[in-house]
Amino acid sequence: MRSAAPFLAFAMLVAGAVSAQDVADTAAVENDGVRWFNAEGIPTFKVEDDGTVDWPTFSGYRRYHADCHVCHGPDGEGSTYAPALKDSAMRMDYYDFIGVVASGRQVVNAADNQVMPAFGTNPNVMCYLDDIWTYLRARGADAVPRGRPAKRADKSDAFVEAEKLCMEQ
Amino acid sequence: MKKLELSLAAVLAAGVAAPALANDSVLAETANPAQNAMQAMNYANTRYSELDQINKDNVGDLQVAWTFSTGVLRGHEGAPLVIGDMMYVHTPFPNTVYALDLAQDGRIVWQYHPQQDPSVIGVMCCDTVYRGLAYADGMLFLHQADTTLVALDAKTGDVKWSVKNGDPAKGETNTTTVLPVKDKVIVGISGGEFGIRGSVTAYNIADGSLAWRAYSTGPDEEMLVDPEKTTALGKPIGANSSLDSWEGDQWQIGGGPTWGWYSYDPDLDLFYYGTGNPGTWNPSQRPGDNKYSMTIFARDPDDGMAKWLYQMTPHDEWDYDGVNENILFDAEIDGTERKLLFHPDRNGIAYTLDRETGELLVAEKFDPAVNWTTGVDMDPNSPTFGRPAVVAEFSTEQNGEDTNTTGICPAALGTKDQQPAAYSPKTGLMYVPTNHVCMDYEPFRVSYTAGQPFVGATVSMFPAPNSHGGMGNFIAWDPVAGEIKWSLPEQFSVWSGALATAGDVVFYGTLEGYLKAVDANTGEELYKFKTPSGIIGNVFTYEREGKQYVGVLSGIGGWAGIGLAAGLTNPVNAEAWQNVAGRAATGRELDSEAKNVDTAGLGAVGGYAALSDFTALGGQLTVFAVPN
Repeated sequence: MRSAAPFLAFAMLVAGAVSAQDVADTAAVENDGVRWFNAEGIPTFKVEDDGTVDWPTFSGYRRYHADCHVCHGPDGEGSTYAPALKDSAMRMDYYDFIGVVASGRQVVNAADNQVMPAFGTNPNVMCYLDDIWTYLRARGADAVPRGRPAKRADKSDAFVEAEKLCMEQ
Repeated sequence: MKKLELSLAAVLAAGVAAPALANDSVLAETANPAQNAMQAMNYANTRYSELDQINKDNVGDLQVAWTFSTGVLRGHEGAPLVIGDMMYVHTPFPNTVYALDLAQDGRIVWQYHPQQDPSVIGVMCCDTVYRGLAYADGMLFLHQADTTLVALDAKTGDVKWSVKNGDPAKGETNTTTVLPVKDKVIVGISGGEFGIRGSVTAYNIADGSLAWRAYSTGPDEEMLVDPEKTTALGKPIGANSSLDSWEGDQWQIGGGPTWGWYSYDPDLDLFYYGTGNPGTWNPSQRPGDNKYSMTIFARDPDDGMAKWLYQMTPHDEWDYDGVNENILFDAEIDGTERKLLFHPDRNGIAYTLDRETGELLVAEKFDPAVNWTTGVDMDPNSPTFGRPAVVAEFSTEQNGEDTNTTGICPAALGTKDQQPAAYSPKTGLMYVPTNHVCMDYEPFRVSYTAGQPFVGATVSMFPAPNSHGGMGNFIAWDPVAGEIKWSLPEQFSVWSGALATAGDVVFYGTLEGYLKAVDANTGEELYKFKTPSGIIGNVFTYEREGKQYVGVLSGIGGWAGIGLAAGLTNPVNAEAWQNVAGRAATGRELDSEAKNVDTAGLGAVGGYAALSDFTALGGQLTVFAVPN
């Protein structure tokens, strides 16, 4: 990982924190060919009437269950020691989320030994962080049930290109 | 005898009292059934106690005698040691050690609080577990999460020496106990999900200096194997057998961690352990047999040289780490008394080998649900002798990257993980805690970054279909016939180490928090008591002033706490997903998630229950006795 990736997650790494929204806006209004965004330009999911899930959200399902679920449990449900990210994603500001994943977080005291590692150098996480974000929001909004999405949209050419650029940096 | 004299001199020079060799000390301490002097209870790892005051007739009267809070949350594996008047209790990270004086009603005589960089927690794959202390020559050996090995004076808690075995910045951590043998302490390493290069290392007991290190992968001289003398299934392994089983230099991030249990045979002078998964869970990214991941090793403790080895799961496609315990026992096979080794593997096959030669004698499934293989080729004349025959339908390699291979049994956590089995020489049976869980597994391409997860597969797990609906069994296994004698269904995976005793009782703990006692012959449940938190620790026993006690650490966590805390998902998601489609079409609200999963049709509702409905975090020791 030599330089920033084309995905929004990486581009926004240095952005400052913005106050959390009262109610998470997950409505998809715009698509840049790679993924859907809400009215404020934050990545979001889209589930079609027949249950088809957009590709990035499906990708998020896969990446979450490779690199996140070993602490945060299956389907964003949490574990005995790590919080349920499907809920965190609904409460958290997008840019805060990016910051925590990239930089990590520690709560270590007499009662807690919670340490989230920094994934900022890991392309398997960072190149797919927007995907993971939209997947967790889809879980938090109860738009997708637990388990593997049964129907998904195909990977778009624009996504393939962006993924390639990010992973091969 | 030259080597022996030298080590004796070194030990004496360091000012350590006799007995000079850990070998003698460990043998003497473990021979006294009033004590619990080793995590595995003895070198043979039998987890069998000669104590019989608590027996199948009175175990039903068991009551709590005393308790102790460890002050630490998260997963508590292993067990306290009991040496003389003292009990030594360890905890998960931060790896606190308490010395309790049993002669003073458990007063804390000393405690040791290691200073560790908490960032190590973030590179531990599956909670902050630690499987406990070891003891030899008046010293306790603490192997911290950050791979610092510390020798503590058992009387005072003073540090005698310490040495760092690995580098957490590269994903190298520790969860396992160490094995004191002769004048050395043998230690393993964790990090199979971080692309580490696994190794086993011996430090000199006198001063902590490095004696030797044997890698799991790479050039012969770095693995401490002899191409001519080290054998696999009776034949020399030949030159460059590991290098030739990887593409390019992938062996450098090839995994093969060594975080399981270690046993030792003083007569053969060999110690035994297994290696874990190869680097990245995506098999297509690492062509070849990936030697020597997933392998049982028999090594000489003096110089580390391997006498024999056996790779159980060549080219792993499912994360079936081969690190489980190797229980040493003797039994008659085909009319001949044999020195044997029993290994119930994550891959669902229970192996019995000749521990002197590595000859493969028995390899049978110990859960009928196991479906990824039709079995191990037992024909010595076959070119695939000793290899499992992989079922194409369940091969994540053959199905390829980006394909979701469904219904594989067992799941990645194995038919059994590290939770150690027990062996009773009275019944000749192995008592094995097991998982009864299957999975879908979808591998995909990943790239390696030092110190970062190197996984490359999506796994979803569910209770074994078409069974009792639970996620575990506690079984009695005949290691000679290779068959289940009896099997007790459990709602959750059995993640606690078993204890067998001369009182014809077998003990184990459950994830809900029950300590259970069953009849060693029939499996009949004789006693159960719900402790404050789920049990992933190992049941132990000791005797004091003529009274037998049984104890166990509670404290839910570990991999079980990750996968099961929220309950497992349904193997057939289609219906749940159709509900989404239906809701989207009609605009109606989705039912509660639990109901959604329950109605998806497999019955066995209990199996989907979440562990969090039954227990919560908390580290506590509970000690039981039969009232006078």
